[in-house]
Order: sequence, then structure tokens, then C-alpha cells
Amino acid sequence: MKALVAMSGGVDSSVAAALMKDAGHDVIGVTLKLWAGPNGEAPTAGCCTVSDAEDARRVAAELEIPYYVFDYTDDFKDGVVDRFIHDYASGQTPNPCIECNRTVKFDRLLNRLDEFGCEILVTGHHARVQEIDGVPALMRGTDAAKDQSYVLSMLTSAELGRVRFPVGELTKKQVRRIAASMGMRSAHKPESMDICFVGQGDYRGFLRQNAPEVFTPGRIVDTHGDDLGAHDGIVGFTVGQRRGLGVAVGEPRFVVRIDSDSSTVVVGDRDDLEVTGVELRQITWANGHRGDGLVTAQFRAHGEPVAAALEGSCLTFVDAQHAVSPGQTVAFYHDDRVLGGALISRTIL
Amino acid sequence: MIYLDHAATTPMHPEVWDAMQPFALDVFGNSSGVHAVSRQAKNALEESRERVASLIGAQPLEIVFTSGGTESDNLALKGVAWNTSSRNGVVTVTTEHEAVLETVSLLRRFDDPTAMVEVDADGFVDSDDILEAVTETTGVVSVMLVNNETGLVQDLPAIARAIKHRFPEVLVHTDAVQAFVSKDLNVSQLGVDMMTITGHKFGGPKGAGILFVREGTALEPVLHGGGQELGRRSGTHDVASVVGLSTAMELADRDRNRFNEEVGQARDEFEKMVLDGVEAAVVNTPSHNRSTHHFNVRFPGVRNESLLMRLDQAGVAASAGSACQSGAATVSHVLEGMGLTADEARESVRFSFGWTSTLGEARDAASIVGDLVGQLR
Repeated sequence: MKALVAMSGGVDSSVAAALMKDAGHDVIGVTLKLWAGPNGEAPTAGCCTVSDAEDARRVAAELEIPYYVFDYTDDFKDGVVDRFIHDYASGQTPNPCIECNRTVKFDRLLNRLDEFGCEILVTGHHARVQEIDGVPALMRGTDAAKDQSYVLSMLTSAELGRVRFPVGELTKKQVRRIAASMGMRSAHKPESMDICFVGQGDYRGFLRQNAPEVFTPGRIVDTHGDDLGAHDGIVGFTVGQRRGLGVAVGEPRFVVRIDSDSSTVVVGDRDDLEVTGVELRQITWANGHRGDGLVTAQFRAHGEPVAAALEGSCLTFVDAQHAVSPGQTVAFYHDDRVLGGALISRTIL
Repeated sequence: MIYLDHAATTPMHPEVWDAMQPFALDVFGNSSGVHAVSRQAKNALEESRERVASLIGAQPLEIVFTSGGTESDNLALKGVAWNTSSRNGVVTVTTEHEAVLETVSLLRRFDDPTAMVEVDADGFVDSDDILEAVTETTGVVSVMLVNNETGLVQDLPAIARAIKHRFPEVLVHTDAVQAFVSKDLNVSQLGVDMMTITGHKFGGPKGAGILFVREGTALEPVLHGGGQELGRRSGTHDVASVVGLSTAMELADRDRNRFNEEVGQARDEFEKMVLDGVEAAVVNTPSHNRSTHHFNVRFPGVRNESLLMRLDQAGVAASAGSACQSGAATVSHVLEGMGLTADEARESVRFSFGWTSTLGEARDAASIVGDLVGQLR
């Protein structure tokens, strides 16, 4: 088949391209240019630096496949960066990598596969696609520690039918071994942990530099409403945060709630972080039909899945959960199979 | 492959390669040395300087050999910004090449007075707008002769005349990188004090260019060191490349009539077939004042990156005009400067013809373009 491989320059997507080529597919490699600083400079950390693109280009040359770089900086700014700023400004905890998958990587590339003359889209994610009852389903990757099915939970079965994740069948160790045996210079590259547009600094510095207007001063209060001090903007806080609250109190204190309307940060002790449920938005089900009833839900890329009951847009936990915050993604699982995903619009205490 | 990206670079002329080889192999001397092999190299260098100078109506010592267009543009602008005169500012146009724009951007960050002049919807700059931007601190005005993306030809002699008439002490620089292949350039007729040319746009080697610098022009060098090129550009000469450059300039000069006739015919045929065959295709440059070999066209509804990728797969090499370091087709600042929206710029593709182009290639490429645009719509 004619396959478009999204190559980040990292070891996983490089090996994905190699495996597709080995399997006899007609492979084209692409790297997405997603972000440029105010002077057009590319990021120096994360998954889309210029040196990453050069690594991807080298791999494509070794594999003797055509390779292109596409400029998606506009889409990325609209769909990911502005959204990231907006979410923090409204007291949420966004995951820009998931938004990037949703609005740029999969949306744009899948929509335009025909234009590129390709039939399938290939990425280096650690996840698997398996036919279940004749319908493509998203499954956890073979390497449980590297499983990335959570960040792909928004994909529908129609989309999954045109997607391949060849390294999802392998462990990371196997992937690195293949890369090393092929002499790829990315074989021993460390994994990118940073948000590409934020770089190695923290996200607060990014917001201060790029969206100073979202810093609205407000108050820090405890759960009884007693005033503990001032802050210069709720965007500097995230639910569950313990450090850098700027208030001196004896026992460990956490951000338990953020009220964007009044620009108030509420702090409390660990127990105050408990939520009994969440309200969801943008729920997508892989095969189109709803999964009301008892579900297994996961809140972080490598978090433990927990039991919960879903009714409409309301998800109630069987056991109360800690540090769940608006903006986070929820992925629904049945064993290793992803049933769907959603975003948390608010938490229920 | 049908190569229609000659504005990016051209294949080297075999005669150029032949002329270069002795200076890479046997006559390897350092042109600043005191022995026979160096003297031979130095002779070739100075002979090249004379040949180049005579082709553009300059004196030999007014020619500074550089590593190409980017370096020449840098030297022209930084050289004025950093010289000891009180006029260090730069005025230029929004649709210039990045070598000019990024240099100006650096100078601005270091508080050099700079000004950008806008163009009209066709890409023309008005000399009155330039005069308005010139102040008592302006040292140099830089205006590209032929635009690298659209092929638009500015009325440089009139602009230079207007500047010199009002501000005789202000220098005029032109990036003529895209111009030399099709135009007989004479620095006096153009009225410029500095002019950038690079060899690889007409069959010469990459990495070899010139900056013409009118005698008496004070320039601070960008590269300091051994004092080569009368102190204006230090660094051991790449004599082979310089010989290649001067040979290519002579060949281009000799071939220019044929180029304008035959290559121009190929471009015109391609343009006609594409405009006839593709519904709603829009040319991004007016038909007058356009170079012989550029064709910048917009196909509404078709993203240029998809078309360029499909063209590549079909064996046709074209480009989106400007590419970033990573090779991604970015939104063209030239087309945006002419008032196109970002989306319209992303629908635009540059086809550029060169000394190897044939009428047959033009016809084949045009029908491939028509087919692919049809498929993509």
C-alpha cells in the first residue's frame, strides 16, 4: 500500500518507516513543522526541532524513500498553542500533545491522505490496531510501560482503519535494537519529554512571554474562603500543584480548585483534592455507539485505570480520585481495548 | 526528471566544470603565496576579476569575490551599517530575499535605523515611497532587480535615479541574483553603487558570487582576517570556484539572446498551456516587467505542498518560492507583501526555467500539472 509515515526524527517513527518499507509498502516520509518562535526559530527541545527533522531526513535517505517537510505552523498555533493558553487562562490543565494528535497530526494528515496519493497513515506510536468483529479497534501497545493508546483515544474506528502503528507490536527495547542494527543515528536518542513549543523552560514562563494578557491578579484562599494571599494570575497554577503556592502554611497544601471567573485559587490539604466524579465533553466512541454503564477510565498517559459509572456526560468514580482536573483527557478501556475518549469539563466534589 | 526550479539553482555547465578542474587539482596554490603555484592561482583569480568586471561595466578592483548571494547581501548592508560614516541606516523593500530581510532584522535588533517599504498588488515599489523612507541617517537603499519568487522586474534605474537626485550621498544596492541570466547588466546604466550576483543561478558553481562595490565606497568587512580582496573580504580564495564563476558569467552572457528567445518560449508555452488547461489558475505577476524564466501561479483550492509532492512523485521539480531551512514550503512573504492572504500564498507554486529547459519539457510538464491539479481538486 502507499503509506505516509509521520516521521518526528525519533527512534519510534524511524523504525516504523523502516518496518513499513520492509513489509513491501510504498512509503513516503513526512515531518511536520509545527512551531516557530517569534523570529522564526525552531524549538530546541521536544519533538519537532530542526535537528529532529534532519534526523528524519537522514533515515528517509537511508531507506531510500521520498521525504518532505510540511509547514503546519498555522494549524498548530490555532488548534494547539492558542487552545493551551486559553485552557490555562480558564483554570484547566490541557494536554497539548493530545490536542496536536487530534487537531493536527491525525485530523490534517488523514483528511489529506488522498491528496498526498496515499492510502494509510503510519506513526511511531506504541499502540496497536486490531480488527474486532470486523471493525478496527485501538489496543494498548505491547510494551505496557510505553503504551500510548491514551493519547490516541479520540480516534474513531473509521480513522483507525486508515492508520498503522507498526512499533506498537514491539517493546521499546526491540525498537532500539532494530534502529541500532540499521545504524540509525536516532537509535540511542533520549525520549522527548518536553512540550515542543514550551521547550526546556516551564510552561508558566512560556505563558508570561507569549500571553501576558492572561495573567489576571487574584486571591489565594483556603477551602473555608479565608484569604491566604495574592497571586498574579491563575494561569500559574494547576490543580494538584504543591510547590510555589507563595503562601506560608504549616502542613502540605495543594491547589484543589481554580475559579477562573473570580481569578481565585483555592488551596487545601490532600483530602480536599478528592473528587467523586467528573463531567465530560467532546466524548468520542471508537465505533460510534455509546458505552454507558460501568467503564474503566484512565486519566493520565500512564495512570492506573479505575472503575467508574458513565451516565450521559457524567462519570462517577467507584472510589474517589485524587488530583483530577478540568482539561485532562479521559480514555475508556475494556481490557486492552480503547473504547473511546473525552475531555473533563469540570470535576464533581 | 523535468527540472523547473532554476531560480533555486541550476545544473553546472560542463564547460564551467572543465575550467574549474585544473585549479582544484594542479594549480592548488594559495593565491596570497609567494611561489610559482600560488602566482598561477593568483593570476587566474585576477584574470577572472577582469573578466567579471568587463561583463558588468565595472573596474576590476570594484569586484569583491564572496561565497555567493547571501554573503554579498550581508556585506553590502552590514558593511554600510558598520562603517564610520554617520549614515548607517538601511531602507529596503518587504519583498526582498531573506538574505536582505534577515540582515536588516539583525541590524534593527542592534538599533540600526532601518525602514521597510511596501509594494503594490503587482509587487512594484514606488520610488516616492522609498524617498519618503530615507532619512538623514540612511546609508543604503537595497532594491532587488528581479524578484526570486515572482520574477517581477523593478524599474531599478528610475528608482536609483530618484534616490541619487534627492540624496546623492545615499548608496544604492541591488540584489541582481535572479537578473544576470536574462539581462545584460551594466552598473552605470543601473545607477547602483553595489550589486550582488551569484554563479549557481546560471550554470556556475555554488558557493561563488560577487559584490560589485563602486570605487570609493566605505564598507566595513563582515569577515575579518588575512585581508584578502583589499581587506573587504578575508579568507583564502577558492580559485577554482572563482574561475567557475567567471566562466559561467561569460557563458551566460554569450548565451543570453538564445536564453531569452528559447527558454522564454518554453516558459511562455508552459504558462499558456497551464492557464488554458487549469480552470481558475491565476498568475501572481503582471505580464509586463517580468523576467524570462519565472512563472508564479496560484491554483485556487489546491495546497501547494500537496501539489509539489505529487509533482515530485511524477518527476517534475518545482517549488513554493521560499523554503525554510527544514525544506517546508512556508507562506511566501513576497506574495503576502503583494496582498495575497496566507491561504492564497499556500496555493501558489513557482516554476522557473533555465539554460537546460526545452519546449518539449515545458509541454510535458504542463500536461502533468494539469492532470495533478485536476486530481487534487
